[in-house]
Amino acid sequence: MMEFSFEINGGDFSNAGMISSLVKKTLKQLNIDGMIIRRTVVALYEAEVNIVAHAYSGVVNVNIFPDKIKIKLTDKGTGIADIDLAMQQGYSTASPAVREMGFGAGMGLPNIKNNTDELNLESTVGVGTMLEFTNFFEPK
Amino acid sequence: MKVIELAAKLGLKVMGGQDGLNKEVKAGYTSDLLSDVMGNVEAGSIWVTLQTHKNVMAVASLKDLSAIVIVNNYAPDQDLINQSEEEGIPVLVTSDKAFEISAKIYNLIK
Repeated sequence: MMEFSFEINGGDFSNAGMISSLVKKTLKQLNIDGMIIRRTVVALYEAEVNIVAHAYSGVVNVNIFPDKIKIKLTDKGTGIADIDLAMQQGYSTASPAVREMGFGAGMGLPNIKNNTDELNLESTVGVGTMLEFTNFFEPK
Repeated sequence: MKVIELAAKLGLKVMGGQDGLNKEVKAGYTSDLLSDVMGNVEAGSIWVTLQTHKNVMAVASLKDLSAIVIVNNYAPDQDLINQSEEEGIPVLVTSDKAFEISAKIYNLIK
């Protein structure tokens, strides 16, 4: 099993995607199917951007098992008041500056859901959010 | 069709990522919303956008895109160009608007 841990700073858009890129390279070296790699890094990238756009800081834990990858992102931030609403396509609380960059279209969490096999999202307003997902290397 | 042939036929300016000019363009996608591209673009696509910042390259790399076309003669940010060199994914610039260049690309690769 392989384990990595990273930190993310809120507002740091220039480094968003670095963890996704590293995970992509690692999964490629492990000869994981390209489709599964893309699904995993789409979900991870969206989750990274969510922390950059909405939180003060975050920690990403990546665990690669022989049959699956499990990624957990925990942030300190504003939290999500209504998770069902946040999961809806098109709903966003992103700032105008973030939207101008082409983020904040309310597609991040739906993209994460569509690209993961298992997803768990917990949040406390004013404290932060924990998002955890798993992708299996063989179709279940 | 390869990126380099497409760039030559349409007069696109190569701003970075020369190493990737032999990539095959299998499809195209036009959008300025990064999450839309993340969710919907096919691998091997050429991506037409007005976004000029570095995050564009993160999306292109993670989705295995073949090239990026920036419209309206907008200038790509220097860190986007640098990242394009690193990833080997070409960044091309056109004076065309998104609708026009998308139509031209479509006609070449359909």
